[in-house]
Amino acid sequence: MRELTNAICARAKELLQSGAAGRVLGWAPGEFFYDPTPGVFSEGRLNELVYDGFTAANLSKYCIAESQKEGKVLVLLKPCDSYSLAQLVKEHRVKRENIYALGIPCEGKLDMRKARAKGVEGALSFREEDGQVVFETLYGEVRLAREELLLERCLCCRGREYAGVDETLEYALPELPKRDRFQKVAALEEQTAQERYAFWRGELSKCIRCNACRNVCPACSCVQCVFDNPQSGVAAKANSTEFEESLFHIIRAWHVAGRCTDCGECSRVCPQSIPLHLLNRKFIKDVNELYGEYQAGADPAARPPLVNYTPEDPEPSAVLERGRA
Amino acid sequence: MSLYAMDRARLGELYEALGALGRVYLPTRKNGASAFLPYGEEGSEADLSLLLCDKSPKDLFFPQSEELVKFRLTGAEIALQEAARQKEPFVLFGVKACDLQAIEVLDRVFLAEPVDSFYQSRREHATVVALACARPAESCFCTAFGIDPTSPQGPCDAVAWLTESALYLRPCTEKGETIVSCFAGFAPADEKEVAAQQAAARAVLGRLPYGQLDLSRFGEASDELALFDHPAWEELSAHCLGCGSCTFSCPTCQCYDIRDYDTGKGVLRFRCWDSCMYKDFTMMAHGTPRKTQKERFRQRFLHKLVYYPKNNGGLFSCVGCGRCVKKCPANLHMIRVAKALGGEPRAQ
Amino acid sequence: MPNDPLIPMIGVVTDVRRDTPDVKTFRVNALTGGKNFAHMPGQCAMLSIPGVGEAMFSITSSPTNTEYLEFSIKKCGCLTDWLHRLEAGAQLTIRGPYGNGFPVEGALLGQDLLFIAGGIGLAPLRSVINYVLDKRERYGKVDIVYGARSADDLVDLEEIRASWAHAPGVDVHLTIDRAQEGWEGNVGFVPNYVRELGFAPTATALVCGPPIMIKFVLGALAELGFARTQVYTTMELRMKCGVGKCGRCNIGSKYVCKDGPVFRMDQLDELPDEY
Repeated sequence: MRELTNAICARAKELLQSGAAGRVLGWAPGEFFYDPTPGVFSEGRLNELVYDGFTAANLSKYCIAESQKEGKVLVLLKPCDSYSLAQLVKEHRVKRENIYALGIPCEGKLDMRKARAKGVEGALSFREEDGQVVFETLYGEVRLAREELLLERCLCCRGREYAGVDETLEYALPELPKRDRFQKVAALEEQTAQERYAFWRGELSKCIRCNACRNVCPACSCVQCVFDNPQSGVAAKANSTEFEESLFHIIRAWHVAGRCTDCGECSRVCPQSIPLHLLNRKFIKDVNELYGEYQAGADPAARPPLVNYTPEDPEPSAVLERGRA
Repeated sequence: MSLYAMDRARLGELYEALGALGRVYLPTRKNGASAFLPYGEEGSEADLSLLLCDKSPKDLFFPQSEELVKFRLTGAEIALQEAARQKEPFVLFGVKACDLQAIEVLDRVFLAEPVDSFYQSRREHATVVALACARPAESCFCTAFGIDPTSPQGPCDAVAWLTESALYLRPCTEKGETIVSCFAGFAPADEKEVAAQQAAARAVLGRLPYGQLDLSRFGEASDELALFDHPAWEELSAHCLGCGSCTFSCPTCQCYDIRDYDTGKGVLRFRCWDSCMYKDFTMMAHGTPRKTQKERFRQRFLHKLVYYPKNNGGLFSCVGCGRCVKKCPANLHMIRVAKALGGEPRAQ
Repeated sequence: MPNDPLIPMIGVVTDVRRDTPDVKTFRVNALTGGKNFAHMPGQCAMLSIPGVGEAMFSITSSPTNTEYLEFSIKKCGCLTDWLHRLEAGAQLTIRGPYGNGFPVEGALLGQDLLFIAGGIGLAPLRSVINYVLDKRERYGKVDIVYGARSADDLVDLEEIRASWAHAPGVDVHLTIDRAQEGWEGNVGFVPNYVRELGFAPTATALVCGPPIMIKFVLGALAELGFARTQVYTTMELRMKCGVGKCGRCNIGSKYVCKDGPVFRMDQLDELPDEY
C-alpha cells in the first residue's frame, strides 16, 4: 500500500505544482491505525497523507463545503466514491469548477467492527500479507483472511469504473469479490410481511437518533433537513412515538431513492450497526426491475427514472401486485 | 467487605435469582449491537464478557426520551398531570469502571440542587453491580483519568470479577449484600484468583497506547481562555459532520432538550437527549451563539476537559471509555483532541 | 409546589397591556390568586404555552409588588407570537424563579445607580428600578438612561413619566434614535447620550439592551472612567431547564440560567467570548 500511497502523493504533488489545484482533500492519520480522518493538505504536508485498508471515508460529501471555498481542491476518489460526487454535481450541490477529481484505485476497505467481532482485541497495528490481515494486539498476533474483514459494500464491489473524474491513477490491484448486492434484499422480499416487519423493527429500534447516517450521506445534501425543522412536529434527536425511528429511516430512504449511489457510508458509520444500506438497496432493486438498470451518478445526461415519465412506466397498480406477494 | 464466589456456569441461575430484587439489566447482545437490556428478552444474549456495550448504561437513569408532564387544555384552562417516577426496583449488573465513574459524573449534575426527581427516582431504585475489566482494549484510556478498571470504584453496591471459572462478588452496601443472600450459589472465597486477574490486567494496562494520555493542560486549574483560543480547533473540527454519535454513545453527555408533543388528546411534554454538536442546540429568535461547527465541537470537548472539572473539584467528565474512538464517523475523538491541545502522550 | 424543577405551575393572565407595537406586558397570578412565587430583581421565570413551547423571560415587576408578577415580552419568535395572542383570563404555565438577580441587597446598597437600557432591555431593569424606588433610602442617586428606536418603542413610558421622573433623587434621561414629531427629548443613540451626559465614575452601572448597544455603552462607560467591576449586565441565551443541567446556556464553566443571568463585566471577561 505504501507504494500506491507514494504514487498518489507524487501525482497530487504534480497537480498542485501545475496549478490544477491548490490543496488536496484526502485522509490524515489518526491516533490508531484504523481511525484516519478526512484532511486537507497543502503541498508541504502531502507526506502526511495516508491511503490504506482503513481509509474508507467517502470524501464526496466534504466536497460540498470544500468547493465553496476559494481555489480549486484536488479530491481523491475511490471508484465507488466517484459516483457520489458525480451525483452531487448533477444536483448542483458542488461547484464542479472548484474540484479536480483524481480517481484512485481501491482494493476494498476493512471493517474494524468485523475484526473485533472476529476476536481482534486490543489491536495496536496491522499489516497486509498475501490476502491476509495481520493484527499485532495487546494479546498477541491475530491473522485473518482479508475477505472476511471487508466492509459490506466492498463484498459487492461495483468494479474499477469511475464516474466523472478528471483523471485516474492506474495501479494494478487484486480483484475484489463481486457478490450479489441484492441477495439480502431478495431474502427479505421472500419473507412474510410480519417477518419483514419484525426484522426491521429489530434493527431500527436500535437507532439512537444520532443522525450520523444522514450527516455522512452524500445524497443527504439539504441545507436544512426536514427533521431539523422545529415546526415539523418531530424532533431530530428523540422519538416522540415508539415507531418514530423507523419513520425517520424510511423517510430518509424515500428522500434518497433514485439518487443513492449505494456508497454504503450509512451502514459503515452507524454506531448501532444497523444495516441501513438494505433500505436503499431495496429501492435500487425496485428501480432496476421496474424501470431498467439505473446507477445514480453514472451518466450525467440520463434522466433519473423516478423524475422521468415514459409511456412504458409501470402502472401504479404494480404496487398492488407487489404488495400481495 | 467479604468476597464471595460462584460457579460461572451457574450465571443463568444467578440472573434468575436476582429477579427477586427487580428487573435485571445485563450487558446483552441483540441484533448485532450491545446494550444493557432486561435479562431473558427474546433474541437476546446476556454476555458479561463484553468489554463495553455499544450503548452505555446512562439511559437506565437518563432515558433518551422520557415523559415529564401531560397537559389537558380546555378552553383557557390548563390541567397538568406529572408523569410517574420510577417505583420498581431494578438491578444493573456488569457496569465497567469507566461507566461507573460516568454515573458519578451524571449524579453531580442531576442530583445537585435543585434535584432532578426523575433521575433521582431511578438512581434510588437501582442496585448497581460493577464488573472489573480483565482484557482492556487499545481504545481504553480510563487510567488517564485515574480510574482503575481492575477494581471499580464509585456509586455501586457491589463489585464483581469474572474469571475463567467463577464470578467473584464483593458487596459494598447493604443492597449489595442482598445479591449474595438472594442466590445460594455464593460461597465465601479468598482473593487469590481475583488478585491474579488484576495483576494480569494491570500488566496490559501499562501497555495501553493512551493509558497515560497527558491531561496536565486540562482540569480545574487549566487556562480556560488559552484553550478556548487554541489554534488547533480550526483543523480539528474541520471535518466534523455535526452528528450526535459521540454525544449519544458517550456515557457522560447529559445535555437535554424539553419538547412538547401534541397527542391529539392533549400535550405531552417530554425530555430527550440533545447534543451540543447539533446546530439547533443554541438557536433562538434573539440570536444564536456557537453558529459554526468549530464552536460547537470546541464546546463539547472543553466542557468535558475544562468546564465540568472547574465546577466539580477537578473531576473530568470524560471517563476514557473509548466509545467515541470507535463510533465517530470521522474519527474525531477525545484522544485526538486531547493530544492536539495538550501535547504528546507521556513516554511509556 | 411541584415535585420537580421541570414541572411548572399554572399561571393566570389577569391583565395584558400593550406597551409598544411589539411589546406587551402580562400580569400573571397563581390560580388561587397572589403570586406563583417570590423573586429578587433580575431573576427570570420559564413561561410556556403547552404545545407551543417554553422560554425564559425576565420578571419585570418588583419583588415589592406583592400582588402579581409582570412580564414585558417582545414579539420576536414562535412562542412570543402566541403569548401576544393571549387575553386576560388565559392560562399559561410558569416555573421559577431562576438565576441570581442583581445584588440589590449586597453590592448595590448605598451606591449611586446608573441604569442604562435600550428597547426591551428595560424589562429586567424595571424590576430593579421599582425595587430601589420602593426602598429609596437604601440607595444613592439614581440615573436612568433609556432609549429606543422611536418614542413608540419606549416600554412603560407612562410609568416612567408618571412615577420615575418624579421620584426623589431620580433623573430620567430618555432618547430616541431618530427625531419624530411631538418628541421633545433627546435624539441620538444611547451610548452617545451616556457620553454626553457624562456620569461620574463613582456610580454603579446596570446595563441591558441589544448586544450592539451594550458593546458601545461599555466603551462609553470606560471613557467616563468606569471600571469593569462597576458595571453589571444581564444576559439572554437559549434555555430549556433553567436549573443549570440541560447544557444549553453554558458559557465556559458558567450556566447563564443558574450563575447568571446577571454578571459583572469583570466576571464576563473571564469567560470565553461566546454570547
